[in-house]
Amino acid sequence: MIEFSEAFLAAFALIVGLDPALAEIVLLSLQVSLGAVAIAAAIGMPVGAAVALFRFPGRVALLVLLNALMGLPPVVVGLFVYLMLSRAGPFGVFGLLFTPTAMIIAQVSLVTPIIAALTRQVIEDLWVEYEEQLRSLGAGPARAVPSLLWDGRFSLLTAVLAGFGRASAEVGAVIIVGGNIDHVTRVMTTAIALETSKGDLALALGLGVILMTLALGVNAAAYLTKEWAQRRYG
Amino acid sequence: MTSILPLELADVSFEAGGKRLIKDFSCRLDAGPRTIVLGPNGAGKSLLLRLCHGLIRPTAGHIRWQGVDPGVKQGMVFQRPVMLRRSVAANVDYGLKLRGVPILRRRAVVDDMLGRTGLRRLADRPARVLSFGEQQKLALARVWALKPEVLFLDEPTASLDPAATHAVEELIDAMHREGTRIVMTTHDLGQAKRIADEVMFIHRGRLLEWAPADRFFARPDNDLAQAFVRGELLWWRLGKDRRAISKPS
Repeated sequence: MIEFSEAFLAAFALIVGLDPALAEIVLLSLQVSLGAVAIAAAIGMPVGAAVALFRFPGRVALLVLLNALMGLPPVVVGLFVYLMLSRAGPFGVFGLLFTPTAMIIAQVSLVTPIIAALTRQVIEDLWVEYEEQLRSLGAGPARAVPSLLWDGRFSLLTAVLAGFGRASAEVGAVIIVGGNIDHVTRVMTTAIALETSKGDLALALGLGVILMTLALGVNAAAYLTKEWAQRRYG
Repeated sequence: MTSILPLELADVSFEAGGKRLIKDFSCRLDAGPRTIVLGPNGAGKSLLLRLCHGLIRPTAGHIRWQGVDPGVKQGMVFQRPVMLRRSVAANVDYGLKLRGVPILRRRAVVDDMLGRTGLRRLADRPARVLSFGEQQKLALARVWALKPEVLFLDEPTASLDPAATHAVEELIDAMHREGTRIVMTTHDLGQAKRIADEVMFIHRGRLLEWAPADRFFARPDNDLAQAFVRGELLWWRLGKDRRAISKPS
Protein backbone atom coordinates (compact mmCIF):
# COMPACT_ATOMS: atom_id res chain seq x y z
CA MET A 1 0.00 0.00 0.00
CA ILE A 2 2.83 2.35 0.84
CA GLU A 3 4.13 1.96 -2.69
CA PHE A 4 0.72 3.06 -4.05
CA SER A 5 0.46 6.13 -1.87
CA GLU A 6 3.99 7.08 -2.79
CA ALA A 7 3.12 6.67 -6.43
CA PHE A 8 0.07 8.91 -6.00
CA LEU A 9 2.12 11.57 -4.27
CA ALA A 10 4.76 11.42 -6.97
CA ALA A 11 2.04 11.64 -9.62
CA PHE A 12 0.57 14.80 -8.10
CA ALA A 13 4.03 16.27 -7.78
CA LEU A 14 4.52 15.71 -11.51
CA ILE A 15 1.18 17.33 -12.34
CA VAL A 16 1.50 20.30 -10.01
CA GLY A 17 5.14 20.82 -10.99
CA LEU A 18 4.17 20.79 -14.69
CA ASP A 19 6.79 18.15 -15.39
CA PRO A 20 8.08 18.81 -18.94
CA ALA A 21 8.07 15.13 -19.95
CA LEU A 22 4.49 14.82 -18.77
CA ALA A 23 3.42 18.08 -20.40
CA GLU A 24 4.93 17.01 -23.72
CA ILE A 25 2.98 13.77 -23.69
CA VAL A 26 -0.28 15.49 -22.74
CA LEU A 27 0.10 18.13 -25.45
CA LEU A 28 0.82 15.57 -28.15
CA SER A 29 -2.18 13.52 -27.02
CA LEU A 30 -4.47 16.52 -27.30
CA GLN A 31 -2.99 17.48 -30.64
CA VAL A 32 -3.56 14.01 -32.09
CA SER A 33 -7.02 13.37 -30.64
CA LEU A 34 -8.45 16.86 -31.20
CA GLY A 35 -7.05 16.89 -34.74
CA ALA A 36 -8.54 13.49 -35.44
CA VAL A 37 -11.94 14.46 -34.01
CA ALA A 38 -12.03 17.69 -36.01
CA ILE A 39 -11.33 15.83 -39.25
CA ALA A 40 -13.73 13.02 -38.33
CA ALA A 41 -16.50 15.55 -37.57
CA ALA A 42 -15.92 17.32 -40.89
CA ILE A 43 -16.37 13.99 -42.68
CA GLY A 44 -18.79 12.15 -40.40
CA MET A 45 -21.43 14.85 -39.89
CA PRO A 46 -22.29 15.52 -43.53
CA VAL A 47 -22.17 11.77 -44.24
CA GLY A 48 -24.45 11.00 -41.28
CA ALA A 49 -26.87 13.76 -42.23
CA ALA A 50 -26.94 12.64 -45.86
CA VAL A 51 -27.67 9.05 -44.85
CA ALA A 52 -30.49 10.36 -42.66
CA LEU A 53 -32.16 12.47 -45.36
CA PHE A 54 -31.55 10.73 -48.66
CA ARG A 55 -33.13 7.52 -49.86
CA PHE A 56 -30.87 5.55 -52.17
CA PRO A 57 -30.21 1.91 -53.03
CA GLY A 58 -27.96 0.26 -50.48
CA ARG A 59 -28.91 2.74 -47.76
CA VAL A 60 -29.85 0.04 -45.27
CA ALA A 61 -26.59 -1.80 -45.89
CA LEU A 62 -24.72 1.45 -45.28
CA LEU A 63 -26.67 2.01 -42.05
CA VAL A 64 -25.77 -1.42 -40.76
CA LEU A 65 -22.15 -0.93 -41.79
CA LEU A 66 -21.96 2.46 -40.05
CA ASN A 67 -23.37 1.04 -36.84
CA ALA A 68 -21.05 -1.96 -37.02
CA LEU A 69 -18.04 0.28 -37.61
CA MET A 70 -18.82 2.12 -34.36
CA GLY A 71 -17.48 -0.92 -32.56
CA LEU A 72 -14.31 -1.30 -34.62
CA PRO A 73 -11.50 -2.80 -32.50
CA PRO A 74 -8.72 -0.18 -32.37
CA VAL A 75 -5.96 -2.77 -32.84
CA VAL A 76 -7.54 -3.93 -36.08
CA VAL A 77 -7.76 -0.35 -37.34
CA GLY A 78 -4.16 0.11 -36.25
CA LEU A 79 -3.10 -2.97 -38.14
CA PHE A 80 -4.96 -1.89 -41.26
CA VAL A 81 -3.52 1.63 -41.23
CA TYR A 82 -0.09 0.11 -40.52
CA LEU A 83 -0.37 -2.07 -43.63
CA MET A 84 -1.45 0.93 -45.71
CA LEU A 85 1.36 3.18 -44.51
CA SER A 86 4.22 0.69 -44.17
CA ARG A 87 7.05 0.88 -46.69
CA ALA A 88 5.56 -1.96 -48.74
CA GLY A 89 2.01 -0.58 -48.50
CA PRO A 90 0.21 1.59 -51.08
CA PHE A 91 0.94 4.81 -49.17
CA GLY A 92 4.41 3.79 -48.04
CA VAL A 93 6.10 6.44 -50.20
CA PHE A 94 4.82 9.20 -47.92
CA GLY A 95 6.86 7.84 -45.03
CA LEU A 96 4.07 8.50 -42.54
CA LEU A 97 4.41 5.41 -40.37
CA PHE A 98 5.48 6.17 -36.78
CA THR A 99 4.54 9.85 -37.04
CA PRO A 100 1.72 11.78 -35.31
CA THR A 101 0.07 12.04 -38.73
CA ALA A 102 -0.24 8.26 -38.89
CA MET A 103 -1.85 8.33 -35.44
CA ILE A 104 -4.33 10.95 -36.58
CA ILE A 105 -5.19 8.87 -39.66
CA ALA A 106 -5.83 5.83 -37.48
CA GLN A 107 -8.01 7.76 -35.05
CA VAL A 108 -9.96 9.42 -37.86
CA SER A 109 -10.78 5.91 -39.14
CA LEU A 110 -11.94 4.94 -35.68
CA VAL A 111 -13.96 8.04 -34.87
CA THR A 112 -15.61 8.94 -38.19
CA PRO A 113 -18.11 6.04 -38.09
CA ILE A 114 -19.05 6.94 -34.52
CA ILE A 115 -19.74 10.57 -35.36
CA ALA A 116 -21.53 9.63 -38.60
CA ALA A 117 -23.80 7.08 -36.91
CA LEU A 118 -24.71 9.37 -34.01
CA THR A 119 -25.25 12.31 -36.38
CA ARG A 120 -27.59 10.21 -38.50
CA GLN A 121 -29.73 9.52 -35.45
CA VAL A 122 -29.88 13.18 -34.39
CA ILE A 123 -30.63 14.45 -37.89
CA GLU A 124 -33.23 11.78 -38.58
CA ASP A 125 -35.11 12.80 -35.42
CA LEU A 126 -34.90 16.47 -36.38
CA TRP A 127 -36.13 15.72 -39.90
CA VAL A 128 -39.33 14.24 -38.50
CA GLU A 129 -40.03 17.59 -36.89
CA TYR A 130 -38.72 19.84 -39.69
CA GLU A 131 -39.52 18.02 -42.92
CA GLU A 132 -42.84 19.59 -43.87
CA GLN A 133 -41.78 23.07 -42.81
CA LEU A 134 -38.48 22.96 -44.69
CA ARG A 135 -39.99 21.44 -47.80
CA SER A 136 -42.72 24.06 -47.70
CA LEU A 137 -40.12 26.82 -47.56
CA GLY A 138 -38.39 25.24 -50.53
CA ALA A 139 -35.57 23.19 -49.00
CA GLY A 140 -35.18 19.67 -50.32
CA PRO A 141 -32.88 17.17 -48.58
CA ALA A 142 -29.73 18.69 -50.12
CA ARG A 143 -30.48 22.13 -48.70
CA ALA A 144 -31.75 20.65 -45.47
CA VAL A 145 -28.42 18.96 -44.64
CA PRO A 146 -26.57 22.15 -43.62
CA SER A 147 -29.72 23.64 -42.06
CA LEU A 148 -30.31 20.62 -39.85
CA LEU A 149 -26.64 20.26 -38.92
CA TRP A 150 -26.74 23.85 -37.74
CA ASP A 151 -30.07 23.48 -35.92
CA GLY A 152 -28.89 20.28 -34.29
CA ARG A 153 -25.55 21.76 -33.30
CA PHE A 154 -26.03 21.34 -29.58
CA SER A 155 -27.26 17.75 -29.83
CA LEU A 156 -24.39 16.99 -32.18
CA LEU A 157 -21.99 18.07 -29.48
CA THR A 158 -22.71 14.71 -27.89
CA ALA A 159 -21.64 12.93 -31.07
CA VAL A 160 -18.37 14.85 -31.17
CA LEU A 161 -17.87 14.15 -27.50
CA ALA A 162 -18.33 10.42 -27.99
CA GLY A 163 -15.76 10.64 -30.76
CA PHE A 164 -13.32 12.51 -28.56
CA GLY A 165 -13.82 9.99 -25.78
CA ARG A 166 -13.02 7.18 -28.13
CA ALA A 167 -9.97 8.91 -29.61
CA SER A 168 -8.39 10.03 -26.36
CA ALA A 169 -8.91 6.71 -24.60
CA GLU A 170 -7.82 4.20 -27.21
CA VAL A 171 -4.33 2.73 -27.14
CA GLY A 172 -4.44 -0.13 -29.64
CA ALA A 173 -4.35 1.88 -32.86
CA VAL A 174 -1.91 4.63 -31.88
CA ILE A 175 0.63 2.18 -30.43
CA ILE A 176 0.72 0.16 -33.66
CA VAL A 177 1.00 3.06 -36.12
CA GLY A 178 2.81 5.48 -33.80
CA GLY A 179 5.18 3.07 -32.15
CA ASN A 180 5.21 4.91 -28.80
CA ILE A 181 8.49 6.67 -29.64
CA ASP A 182 9.65 8.99 -26.87
CA HIS A 183 9.33 12.71 -27.80
CA VAL A 184 7.78 11.78 -31.15
CA THR A 185 4.70 9.63 -30.90
CA ARG A 186 4.29 8.95 -27.18
CA VAL A 187 0.78 9.87 -26.03
CA MET A 188 -0.97 9.43 -22.69
CA THR A 189 -2.44 6.00 -23.28
CA THR A 190 0.68 4.47 -24.80
CA ALA A 191 2.84 6.03 -22.07
CA ILE A 192 0.57 4.62 -19.37
CA ALA A 193 0.83 1.16 -20.92
CA LEU A 194 4.60 1.39 -21.15
CA GLU A 195 5.29 2.95 -17.75
CA THR A 196 3.02 0.45 -16.02
CA SER A 197 4.84 -2.49 -17.57
CA LYS A 198 8.15 -0.86 -16.61
CA GLY A 199 6.92 -0.36 -13.07
CA ASP A 200 7.14 3.47 -13.11
CA LEU A 201 3.75 3.87 -11.50
CA ALA A 202 4.12 7.58 -10.70
CA LEU A 203 4.20 8.76 -14.32
CA ALA A 204 1.53 6.25 -15.30
CA LEU A 205 -0.76 7.37 -12.50
CA GLY A 206 -0.10 11.05 -13.19
CA LEU A 207 -1.10 10.57 -16.80
CA GLY A 208 -4.07 8.49 -15.72
CA VAL A 209 -5.29 11.27 -13.44
CA ILE A 210 -4.92 13.84 -16.20
CA LEU A 211 -6.76 11.61 -18.69
CA MET A 212 -9.64 11.15 -16.27
CA THR A 213 -9.78 14.85 -15.43
CA LEU A 214 -9.79 15.71 -19.10
CA ALA A 215 -12.65 13.33 -19.81
CA LEU A 216 -14.64 14.70 -16.88
CA GLY A 217 -13.90 18.31 -17.79
CA VAL A 218 -14.84 17.92 -21.44
CA ASN A 219 -18.07 16.14 -20.56
CA ALA A 220 -19.01 18.71 -17.94
CA ALA A 221 -18.34 21.55 -20.37
CA ALA A 222 -20.45 19.87 -23.03
CA TYR A 223 -23.30 19.27 -20.60
CA LEU A 224 -23.27 22.87 -19.41
CA THR A 225 -23.15 24.16 -22.98
CA LYS A 226 -26.18 22.05 -23.88
CA GLU A 227 -28.10 23.20 -20.82
CA TRP A 228 -27.28 26.82 -21.52
CA ALA A 229 -28.25 26.45 -25.17
CA GLN A 230 -31.53 24.83 -24.23
CA ARG A 231 -32.44 27.80 -22.09
CA ARG A 232 -31.11 30.36 -24.54
CA TYR A 233 -32.39 28.94 -27.82
CA GLY A 234 -35.24 26.65 -26.79
CA MET B 1 -44.91 36.66 -64.08
CA THR B 2 -47.39 34.00 -65.07
CA SER B 3 -49.96 32.91 -62.55
CA ILE B 4 -49.93 29.44 -61.04
CA LEU B 5 -53.70 29.62 -60.67
CA PRO B 6 -56.19 28.17 -61.25
CA LEU B 7 -55.45 25.11 -59.17
CA GLU B 8 -57.39 22.10 -60.33
CA LEU B 9 -58.11 18.96 -58.36
CA ALA B 10 -59.61 16.10 -60.36
CA ASP B 11 -60.98 13.08 -58.48
CA VAL B 12 -58.23 13.33 -55.90
CA SER B 13 -58.13 10.56 -53.33
CA PHE B 14 -55.67 9.93 -50.58
CA GLU B 15 -55.35 6.62 -48.83
CA ALA B 16 -53.28 5.71 -45.81
CA GLY B 17 -53.27 2.53 -43.78
CA GLY B 18 -56.04 1.05 -45.90
CA LYS B 19 -58.35 4.00 -45.18
CA ARG B 20 -59.50 6.51 -47.74
CA LEU B 21 -59.07 9.83 -46.00
CA ILE B 22 -59.77 12.08 -49.00
CA LYS B 23 -62.43 10.80 -51.37
CA ASP B 24 -62.86 11.78 -55.03
CA PHE B 25 -62.18 15.43 -54.39
CA SER B 26 -62.67 17.73 -57.35
CA CYS B 27 -62.54 21.50 -57.36
CA ARG B 28 -60.98 24.45 -59.11
CA LEU B 29 -59.51 27.39 -57.24
CA ASP B 30 -59.22 30.65 -59.16
CA ALA B 31 -57.53 33.85 -58.10
CA GLY B 32 -59.43 36.11 -55.76
CA PRO B 33 -61.61 35.01 -52.89
CA ARG B 34 -60.54 33.81 -49.48
CA THR B 35 -61.52 30.17 -49.18
CA ILE B 36 -62.22 28.71 -45.80
CA VAL B 37 -62.13 24.94 -45.59
CA LEU B 38 -64.56 24.12 -42.84
CA GLY B 39 -65.29 20.88 -41.12
CA PRO B 40 -64.90 18.97 -37.88
CA ASN B 41 -61.64 17.46 -36.63
CA GLY B 42 -60.55 14.54 -38.74
CA ALA B 43 -62.56 15.63 -41.76
CA GLY B 44 -59.43 15.72 -43.90
CA LYS B 45 -58.90 19.50 -43.97
CA SER B 46 -55.18 19.36 -43.22
CA LEU B 47 -54.65 16.52 -45.66
CA LEU B 48 -56.38 18.50 -48.38
CA LEU B 49 -54.04 21.45 -47.82
CA ARG B 50 -50.98 19.21 -47.78
CA LEU B 51 -52.09 17.57 -51.02
CA CYS B 52 -52.59 20.94 -52.70
CA HIS B 53 -49.26 22.23 -51.39
CA GLY B 54 -47.46 19.14 -52.66
CA LEU B 55 -46.27 17.84 -49.29
CA ILE B 56 -48.02 14.55 -49.96
CA ARG B 57 -49.05 12.90 -53.21
CA PRO B 58 -52.58 11.80 -53.98
CA THR B 59 -53.02 8.04 -54.32
CA ALA B 60 -55.50 8.67 -57.13
CA GLY B 61 -56.54 11.60 -59.26
CA HIS B 62 -54.64 14.70 -60.33
CA ILE B 63 -53.62 18.02 -58.84
CA ARG B 64 -52.72 20.54 -61.49
CA TRP B 65 -51.12 23.95 -61.08
CA GLN B 66 -50.46 26.30 -63.99
CA GLY B 67 -47.13 27.66 -65.15
CA VAL B 68 -43.61 26.54 -64.40
CA ASP B 69 -42.26 25.75 -60.94
CA PRO B 70 -45.49 26.39 -58.99
CA GLY B 71 -43.77 25.23 -55.80
CA VAL B 72 -41.92 28.49 -55.23
CA LYS B 73 -45.04 30.63 -55.62
CA GLN B 74 -46.99 29.06 -52.79
CA GLY B 75 -46.51 28.93 -49.07
CA MET B 76 -47.99 27.23 -46.07
CA VAL B 77 -48.47 28.14 -42.43
CA PHE B 78 -48.85 25.20 -40.08
CA GLN B 79 -50.85 24.89 -36.90
CA ARG B 80 -47.59 24.57 -35.00
CA PRO B 81 -44.88 26.19 -37.09
CA VAL B 82 -41.35 24.87 -36.77
CA MET B 83 -38.94 27.62 -35.86
CA LEU B 84 -35.31 27.19 -36.75
CA ARG B 85 -32.87 27.41 -33.85
CA ARG B 86 -31.67 30.86 -34.78
CA SER B 87 -32.82 34.42 -34.39
CA VAL B 88 -36.22 35.77 -35.42
CA ALA B 89 -34.63 37.76 -38.25
CA ALA B 90 -32.61 34.73 -39.41
CA ASN B 91 -35.83 32.71 -39.62
CA VAL B 92 -37.34 35.22 -42.03
CA ASP B 93 -34.05 35.40 -43.90
CA TYR B 94 -33.87 31.61 -44.32
CA GLY B 95 -36.63 31.25 -46.91
CA LEU B 96 -35.29 34.19 -48.91
CA LYS B 97 -31.84 32.65 -48.91
CA LEU B 98 -33.30 29.40 -50.26
CA ARG B 99 -34.82 31.42 -53.10
CA GLY B 100 -31.40 32.87 -53.91
CA VAL B 101 -32.31 36.47 -53.05
CA PRO B 102 -29.13 38.61 -52.76
CA ILE B 103 -28.14 39.60 -49.25
CA LEU B 104 -28.77 43.36 -49.43
CA ARG B 105 -32.25 42.80 -50.77
CA ARG B 106 -32.82 40.16 -48.10
CA ARG B 107 -31.93 42.57 -45.32
CA ALA B 108 -34.46 45.09 -46.56
CA VAL B 109 -37.22 42.50 -46.93
CA VAL B 110 -36.56 40.98 -43.50
CA ASP B 111 -36.71 44.37 -41.84
CA ASP B 112 -39.88 45.25 -43.72
CA MET B 113 -41.58 41.98 -42.74
CA LEU B 114 -40.60 42.25 -39.10
CA GLY B 115 -41.96 45.78 -39.09
CA ARG B 116 -45.26 44.76 -40.62
CA THR B 117 -45.74 41.86 -38.22
CA GLY B 118 -44.71 43.89 -35.18
CA LEU B 119 -41.71 41.69 -34.46
CA ARG B 120 -38.94 44.19 -35.11
CA ARG B 121 -38.06 44.60 -31.45
CA LEU B 122 -37.65 40.81 -31.21
CA ALA B 123 -35.44 40.56 -34.30
CA ASP B 124 -32.36 39.29 -32.48
CA ARG B 125 -34.18 36.97 -30.07
CA PRO B 126 -33.92 33.21 -30.57
CA ALA B 127 -37.13 32.27 -32.39
CA ARG B 128 -37.89 29.26 -30.23
CA VAL B 129 -38.29 31.22 -27.02
CA LEU B 130 -41.11 33.37 -28.44
CA SER B 131 -44.68 32.81 -27.31
CA PHE B 132 -46.96 30.72 -29.56
CA GLY B 133 -48.66 33.87 -30.80
CA GLU B 134 -45.38 35.54 -31.66
CA GLN B 135 -44.14 32.37 -33.33
CA GLN B 136 -47.22 32.25 -35.52
CA LYS B 137 -46.70 35.89 -36.48
CA LEU B 138 -43.12 35.01 -37.31
CA ALA B 139 -44.31 32.08 -39.41
CA LEU B 140 -46.47 34.54 -41.35
CA ALA B 141 -43.59 37.01 -41.69
CA ARG B 142 -41.37 34.20 -42.96
CA VAL B 143 -43.83 33.11 -45.62
CA TRP B 144 -44.95 36.66 -46.50
CA ALA B 145 -41.34 37.57 -47.28
CA LEU B 146 -41.51 35.04 -50.12
CA LYS B 147 -44.51 36.88 -51.63
CA PRO B 148 -46.49 33.72 -52.35
CA GLU B 149 -49.28 33.85 -54.88
CA VAL B 150 -51.19 31.23 -52.91
CA LEU B 151 -51.00 30.74 -49.15
CA PHE B 152 -52.34 27.68 -47.35
CA LEU B 153 -53.02 28.07 -43.64
CA ASP B 154 -53.74 25.01 -41.54
CA GLU B 155 -55.65 26.07 -38.42
CA PRO B 156 -53.12 28.83 -37.81
CA THR B 157 -54.85 30.09 -34.67
CA ALA B 158 -55.94 26.78 -33.15
CA SER B 159 -53.70 27.10 -30.10
CA LEU B 160 -53.80 30.89 -29.72
CA ASP B 161 -55.68 33.20 -27.37
CA PRO B 162 -58.16 35.77 -28.78
CA ALA B 163 -55.64 38.64 -28.90
CA ALA B 164 -53.07 36.60 -30.79
CA THR B 165 -55.81 35.19 -33.02
CA HIS B 166 -56.90 38.72 -33.87
CA ALA B 167 -53.32 39.71 -34.74
CA VAL B 168 -52.87 36.68 -36.97
CA GLU B 169 -56.21 37.29 -38.72
CA GLU B 170 -55.19 40.88 -39.43
CA LEU B 171 -51.97 39.71 -41.04
CA ILE B 172 -53.87 37.20 -43.17
CA ASP B 173 -56.17 40.02 -44.22
CA ALA B 174 -53.20 42.23 -45.11
CA MET B 175 -51.71 39.49 -47.27
CA HIS B 176 -55.06 38.99 -48.97
CA ARG B 177 -55.25 42.70 -49.75
CA GLU B 178 -51.81 42.49 -51.33
CA GLY B 179 -53.11 39.83 -53.67
CA THR B 180 -52.19 36.54 -52.03
CA ARG B 181 -54.80 33.84 -52.57
CA ILE B 182 -55.82 32.59 -49.11
CA VAL B 183 -56.89 28.99 -48.51
CA MET B 184 -57.35 28.31 -44.83
CA THR B 185 -58.77 25.55 -42.69
CA THR B 186 -60.57 26.04 -39.42
CA HIS B 187 -63.16 24.33 -37.30
CA ASP B 188 -64.03 27.64 -35.66
CA LEU B 189 -67.33 28.91 -37.04
CA GLY B 190 -66.79 32.46 -35.84
CA GLN B 191 -63.43 32.68 -37.54
CA ALA B 192 -64.85 31.23 -40.72
CA LYS B 193 -67.52 33.94 -40.74
CA ARG B 194 -64.93 36.67 -40.16
CA ILE B 195 -62.61 35.60 -42.95
CA ALA B 196 -64.43 33.59 -45.61
CA ASP B 197 -65.45 34.81 -49.03
CA GLU B 198 -66.35 31.24 -49.87
CA VAL B 199 -66.62 28.06 -47.85
CA MET B 200 -65.73 24.49 -48.62
CA PHE B 201 -67.48 22.20 -46.16
CA ILE B 202 -65.73 18.88 -45.73
CA HIS B 203 -66.80 15.81 -43.85
CA ARG B 204 -65.06 12.44 -43.77
CA GLY B 205 -62.82 13.34 -46.70
CA ARG B 206 -65.64 14.46 -48.98
CA LEU B 207 -66.52 17.89 -50.27
CA LEU B 208 -70.16 18.19 -49.19
CA GLU B 209 -70.78 21.83 -50.02
CA TRP B 210 -68.91 24.65 -51.70
CA ALA B 211 -70.64 28.00 -51.66
CA PRO B 212 -70.15 31.75 -51.26
CA ALA B 213 -69.83 32.57 -47.58
CA ASP B 214 -73.01 34.59 -47.15
CA ARG B 215 -75.12 31.87 -48.74
CA PHE B 216 -73.35 29.09 -46.86
CA PHE B 217 -73.89 30.69 -43.48
CA ALA B 218 -77.46 31.81 -44.23
CA ARG B 219 -78.83 28.56 -45.65
CA PRO B 220 -76.48 25.73 -46.48
CA ASP B 221 -77.88 23.06 -48.76
CA ASN B 222 -76.28 20.08 -47.09
CA ASP B 223 -78.01 18.82 -43.96
CA LEU B 224 -74.73 18.16 -42.13
CA ALA B 225 -73.58 21.67 -43.01
CA GLN B 226 -76.88 23.04 -41.71
CA ALA B 227 -76.35 21.36 -38.37
CA PHE B 228 -72.74 22.50 -38.27
CA VAL B 229 -73.69 26.12 -38.98
CA ARG B 230 -76.41 26.00 -36.34
CA GLY B 231 -73.64 25.09 -33.95
CA GLU B 232 -75.16 21.82 -32.89
CA LEU B 233 -72.51 20.06 -30.90
CA LEU B 234 -73.71 16.60 -31.85
CA TRP B 235 -74.49 17.52 -35.43
CA TRP B 236 -72.44 14.56 -36.66
CA ARG B 237 -74.99 12.21 -35.08
CA LEU B 238 -77.09 12.90 -38.14
CA GLY B 239 -74.77 10.84 -40.24
CA LYS B 240 -74.22 8.21 -37.61
CA ASP B 241 -77.87 7.58 -36.81
CA ARG B 242 -78.73 7.31 -40.43
CA ARG B 243 -76.10 4.65 -40.87
CA ALA B 244 -77.15 2.92 -37.71
CA ILE B 245 -80.65 2.55 -39.12
CA SER B 246 -79.49 1.07 -42.39
CA LYS B 247 -77.15 -1.33 -40.64
CA PRO B 248 -78.61 -4.57 -39.31
CA SER B 249 -77.64 -4.89 -35.64
